[in-house]
Amino acid sequence: MMIFWFAGMLLSPLVGAIVNGLLLRTSHNRRAGVIATTAVAISFCSALKLSIEIASGSEKVIMFAIPFFEVGAKSFVWGFSFDALTTVMALVVTGIGTLIHLYSIGYMAEEKKAYRYFTYLNFFLFQMLLLISSDNLLGIFVGWEGVGLCSYLLIGYWYEDPEKSKAGMKAFVINRIGDVGFLIGMFLCLSFFNTLNISEIAAQLGAPSSLDPRWLNLLALAFFFGATGKSAQIPLFTWLPDAMAGPTPVSALIHAATMVTAGIYLIARLSFLFQITQTTNHVITIIGAATALIAALIGTSQKDIKKVLAYSTVSQLGLMFVALGSRAYFAAIFHVMTHAFFKALLFLGSGSVIHGMHGEQDIFKMGGLAKKMPITFITFAIGTIAICGLPPLAGFFSKDTILFETLALNRYGLFFWSVAFLASMLTCFYMIRLLVLVFLGAPRYGSEVHPHESPLTMTIPLIVLAVGSALVGLLGMPHSLHLLPNYLEHFLSASLVQIPLGTPAIPEMAAMLITTSSALAVVAFSFVLYRRFGDFNFLFNKFVGIRTLCASKFWIDELYQLLYVQPFNQIGKLLSSFVDPKLIDGCVRLPAWITKQGSLALSSLNTGVIQTYLFWMVLGLTAILWSLGKGVAF
Amino acid sequence: MISLASSNTIFWTHAVAFSLFSLGLIGFLVRRNAIVVLMCVEMMLNSVNLILVEMATRMNATEGLILVIFTITVAAAEAAVGLGMILNLYRLKGTVDLDSFHVLKG
Repeated sequence: MMIFWFAGMLLSPLVGAIVNGLLLRTSHNRRAGVIATTAVAISFCSALKLSIEIASGSEKVIMFAIPFFEVGAKSFVWGFSFDALTTVMALVVTGIGTLIHLYSIGYMAEEKKAYRYFTYLNFFLFQMLLLISSDNLLGIFVGWEGVGLCSYLLIGYWYEDPEKSKAGMKAFVINRIGDVGFLIGMFLCLSFFNTLNISEIAAQLGAPSSLDPRWLNLLALAFFFGATGKSAQIPLFTWLPDAMAGPTPVSALIHAATMVTAGIYLIARLSFLFQITQTTNHVITIIGAATALIAALIGTSQKDIKKVLAYSTVSQLGLMFVALGSRAYFAAIFHVMTHAFFKALLFLGSGSVIHGMHGEQDIFKMGGLAKKMPITFITFAIGTIAICGLPPLAGFFSKDTILFETLALNRYGLFFWSVAFLASMLTCFYMIRLLVLVFLGAPRYGSEVHPHESPLTMTIPLIVLAVGSALVGLLGMPHSLHLLPNYLEHFLSASLVQIPLGTPAIPEMAAMLITTSSALAVVAFSFVLYRRFGDFNFLFNKFVGIRTLCASKFWIDELYQLLYVQPFNQIGKLLSSFVDPKLIDGCVRLPAWITKQGSLALSSLNTGVIQTYLFWMVLGLTAILWSLGKGVAF
Repeated sequence: MISLASSNTIFWTHAVAFSLFSLGLIGFLVRRNAIVVLMCVEMMLNSVNLILVEMATRMNATEGLILVIFTITVAAAEAAVGLGMILNLYRLKGTVDLDSFHVLKG
């Protein structure tokens, strides 16, 4: 019976995609949107039913497998397991997915033939569910590639614009680079454990083995490299800000709430492996911390409302990786969950603003929108406070859990705690900057723009997500507050490795107090500065160096352009101007040339004069007779 | 056992036949007049006939002699056809010079 619900959850978005994309292809946007939203809502209800079963403990894990393909003696299966971790992810994916589908009906109302959009979005959800419910690495990889494909299709949804099309390609190519890591990880798994099934790998790792820890580190590093691609970490994070070229609901669903957390999910899923790979964990922590800090710095100087949120996403993902590297797997997943709520909310809010401003995305051409768009403003403000980590909203609990567990678990806890702390403070700074510049102060847009509140299909998801952003943190309340039990940690303990906490350098309550009071201070500072002075150049101009560095995004794109793209283009040019036409075509043309020249020579024999032919015939006959004679004589 | 005198006869017959064939072949290859070429073909044919007759007589093989009669008959028919073709060629171009006919060129 559970299989029925599971199939309903997994397949209904696929059915929705098939109906919209292959069967109906309706130009009636609302109809396509309703079909897609219904499909996802069914999926969400099924996921809810499954989670109730899992939570009530009647069935801990639901598992089954279908044959996939065979290579030699090795056979691979579509294996599925629905455990606690999958439950959390599935609820987030389908729940937020439903809201974003609903929102899209309003957002995409004026598009031509938006059924294409809804098809991709439904297909994305199917692939994402495949990714989180597979019990083997191969299934995860199929979903991993599937979501990458959908991401590409949706970033380049407005493909008539070459810039947007390019952004899609960039995302796809950078993701492919990360995928190489994932593939190497899978091959290593096959050669070490002769299986791709995660629970079998866990069992083999649990047993004492002769496997060198260095190999395990390499394995973990390969998977982590895969995760840096999908989850936009250094060195592969540059695609995510560009991915904002897609429609805003896509940014909310794929590039903030769900797909980009796939890398974190992967590492959490393989936590039994990562808990024993010390070296890799250091790498993960360092990269996570560096990404969190750099992205937050860049975020402070962006002008595009969506770019600010994109860098904020990269920064938050960095924090999650800090937690993963410190082996605080629960903290990372908890933050995935709360981040999904408030970042989806913020993106949808920004979409509502862009919708109301008729496509304007520059925050310096907005201002004073609070009165024109009250619902968007209030929900956006709730999202902002949540991401700033002010109690009692969701971000406070999850961010605090990450910071504290990093402090308690990591060998260099105090250092990484400080970096993560700094990144969170920067987050407060640029989020308040965004809020003030967009919604408060005097309007800076021209008189021809008439901002308006968005329709109900768009505001309802905003309200639901705002409530979620406010409350979802209560599920994972830290023990030290002694208010509510930590439901989520207890629930997830079935699928995640839990490392006992060491003695932190700072006690939890003190750390919490420091972060909260500092966050409040930064919020107040940023608010006063931007409310009072607008873009306060007078202060920034004292730090021209840092400002230029941030505004130009640390020249990372330019660096990659110089290091990889240009050499690649040069090689391509060389290949296309010399190797292909001269070398390869030459090899093909040479036999043709020889044949042609030979034929020309032979065709001179074809005079049409019969006596020439006869002459050659006689010559030939003589030669034959002569050779026959020789043969007989011998 | 073939006697010396008779082997002499064979030598001369073969010599004549070979000369005829060679003359025919050379004329066939180098002459440009279609009628001469046809005559050369006949000459080669008859040189072979000569050898056939000689050998058939020597071996008392009547079949050989009969074959020669047949060959001459067929050659006559062939000459008739050949002359007819030459007549048509002449009607086509007003000459029987073989160099004027390149129609076999692909």
